[in-house]
Amino acid sequence: MIERLLARLPRGARAVAIGGIVAGLAAFWVALPPLHLRTPIPSILIGLAAIALGGYAISQGVKRLGWGAVVAGVAGIGLGYLATRSSVGHLDQVVVWSALFAAMLRYATPLAFAAMGGIFSERSGVTNIGLEGMMLSGAFFGIFAADKLSSWPLGLAAAALSGALFALVHAFFAIHLRADQIVGGFAINFLALGVTGYLFIDTYAGEGTPPDVPEIPDVHLSFLEGWYFVGPILGQLNLMIWLAFATVLLSWLVLFKTPIGLRLRAVGEHPRAADTVGISVYRTRYAAVVLSGALAALGGAYLSIGFVNSFNQNMTAGRGFIALAVVICGNWRPFQAAAFALLFGFSSALAQRLPAYSESAAVLFQALPYVLTLIAVAGVIGRSIPPAAVGRPYKKQ
Amino acid sequence: MTETPPEGGGKVENPRQGGDYAPSVAARVAVWHKAGGIAVPLLTTILAFFIGGLVVLATTGKNPLTTYKAIFEGSGLNWFLEVGSYEIGIPWTESRVWFPWDTSFNSFAALNLQQTLIVYVSLVLTGLAVAFAFRCGMFNIGGQGQYLAGAIMAVWIGSELPGLPGFLHILVAIVAGALSGAIFAGIAGFLKATVGAHEVISTIMLNYVALWVGVFLFGLGGPLQNDNEGGESVPVSNDVLEESKLNVFWGDPLLQGLHVGFFVALAALVVYWITLNRTTLGYEVRAVGFNPEAARYGGISVARNYVLAMAISGTFAGLAGTLDILGWQFRLNTNDIFINSIGFVGIAVALLGRNTAIGVALSALLFAALLVGTSTRNLDPEIFRPELASNLTTLIQGLVVLFVGADVLILYLFGIRRRARQRQARTQA
Repeated sequence: MIERLLARLPRGARAVAIGGIVAGLAAFWVALPPLHLRTPIPSILIGLAAIALGGYAISQGVKRLGWGAVVAGVAGIGLGYLATRSSVGHLDQVVVWSALFAAMLRYATPLAFAAMGGIFSERSGVTNIGLEGMMLSGAFFGIFAADKLSSWPLGLAAAALSGALFALVHAFFAIHLRADQIVGGFAINFLALGVTGYLFIDTYAGEGTPPDVPEIPDVHLSFLEGWYFVGPILGQLNLMIWLAFATVLLSWLVLFKTPIGLRLRAVGEHPRAADTVGISVYRTRYAAVVLSGALAALGGAYLSIGFVNSFNQNMTAGRGFIALAVVICGNWRPFQAAAFALLFGFSSALAQRLPAYSESAAVLFQALPYVLTLIAVAGVIGRSIPPAAVGRPYKKQ
Repeated sequence: MTETPPEGGGKVENPRQGGDYAPSVAARVAVWHKAGGIAVPLLTTILAFFIGGLVVLATTGKNPLTTYKAIFEGSGLNWFLEVGSYEIGIPWTESRVWFPWDTSFNSFAALNLQQTLIVYVSLVLTGLAVAFAFRCGMFNIGGQGQYLAGAIMAVWIGSELPGLPGFLHILVAIVAGALSGAIFAGIAGFLKATVGAHEVISTIMLNYVALWVGVFLFGLGGPLQNDNEGGESVPVSNDVLEESKLNVFWGDPLLQGLHVGFFVALAALVVYWITLNRTTLGYEVRAVGFNPEAARYGGISVARNYVLAMAISGTFAGLAGTLDILGWQFRLNTNDIFINSIGFVGIAVALLGRNTAIGVALSALLFAALLVGTSTRNLDPEIFRPELASNLTTLIQGLVVLFVGADVLILYLFGIRRRARQRQARTQA
């Protein structure tokens, strides 16, 4: 087992390039708490080392990762220098690692749910741009049902159901009517925005959702509390965050370790071949799209009844699209996608804490997750290969 | 998400010839154009309104027709219903000629219609922004960001540079606004052309970048926040200078009359048609839209056309933002930046108008009327709550986009017509 894992570790120039990226990050890290080096020289030295490692990797033909290391090195020097310039008080206020990581998990959870949904849908060959709308419907119907039925599990169930229904509409247009999947998915976003906004105004009449809606509880792990660093992060997480971990693991198991997953991937790669061996392409795609809607809606429900405990019109604010980017960057694989969800979650967490420096400039950092998505999709990280038949309707013969 | 080469050695089969797969976005555009006629968009619209009416009935128990009538009257389109014998002045002369409608701007209908046409200006332009990219095979969801880029630039130029003569000032502001829209969209085109980043994701992300940059610039403590006395607590830009405001040619300038940007929008429709159908550039754009591989074999640079088509799209959207600022908003506050969704409505306009100039001209009028008719200012709250109605508009937009996307319906109708023709031909033979 251990040997098999070791065999998968990167070797040669790739390992050097990855080392360079890590060094680039370290160049920034040494200037931050708890080390707090107040001189930029270590940052510059480590950053130069990262650039050198990157340069070596490029010379060996590992271009993408090598350039990544060079960029990380330059960024590490720049950010490290900036950090040594700013006051220790500010740094301590912004960079509280345990709080940052806990916030990262909170922001990453809705993304992870929606991204897993996106992976299922796209692995089966149906592009799902409607993730955003399905998330939004989950956010509204989650809090709506939790409020009216005074129960958060019913809220979650209603959320999943609403997302599944929107997904069913998308699936019908994409699979049976063979409509353009991008246009159809975008229509779902409009529809969800209209339906949730309409019902929100109609039910809560501009007063907002009541403050006493039952919320998804936190999981207290008292035995963890004393642990250094881990305790504050994992000791008191929302139930949905743990469920997100489980969902990622389950998605991987189902997609790559079960016959169902094999069939689903076959339908997404070569529907004609899958059809020939007796797999129902339509049924598989319907199931995958509906599941993706339910998962995205669970992510939305976490936003409304697990995280902020209220609902606003269009509260998802593009998270569904970021989840889509997470799917692409994660190469349609659950664990890689989860890693990117964490990265985007971290950038949101950081954006939330930066106002300590300057109120007005901090507004600009709200754009950070979006800029990061743009950069990631632009392929700095590496080109991803989508399922061969994604976005193309299948016509039975 | 990203394009993949078709299987089976690059052979893309036509669905109507019984191939494996339905066509790509671009091939669908071709089908829409072949399908011809106005019947399908019209049916789509009626179906969307019908479902919207059911929603009204189910949730409020009110007669949907009363609601739609109130929206119609709120939009001012009833102005056209009162035909009589009136006169209209000819520009730059003193003479007046006969005209079937009352152009005096005292009636409610005329005031409402002016609002609708103001929105029409921006919808035509944002619709064209989506349509042009569509003809090149790209789905530009970034109209909102490009619109904001134009608006931000226009408000900055329009409120600075005092002493510049009025005409020149307006020209500079318009060119700068359109250009910033073009550059903003060009980023997405460039990313698609060079590294293959899907334009849907990149344009959406750019929307949020534009939004937060705007909020930063004009927000509290932002670099372009107003210098008015006591204005530090108001997140709004400076006002556009008097000489850089557009002329109002119909209505009271103090009550948001219709500005001359209206003619710019009409001109843009003509430019759109000519560029696509009568220039080499348009030919290449459409060729890439139909089939990028074939265009590449034909010696057309696909990458160049992606960037150009996006930049031209962005020009239209940037122009929309510019005209809104110089024509009637005159300032930009952060709340407007959050709430505004004109760029998204442009998507529905383009899709319903099937990406043609005449289609965009008509569907923009429909959506402008819907938007204005459901606004707080124009809809009688006794009949239907405007906040509800504006969400109803979003719902109808969604339904329109959903149905328009399902061109199997079109193919089906087209198939009926074709079969009928074949039958006719057989009986004649």
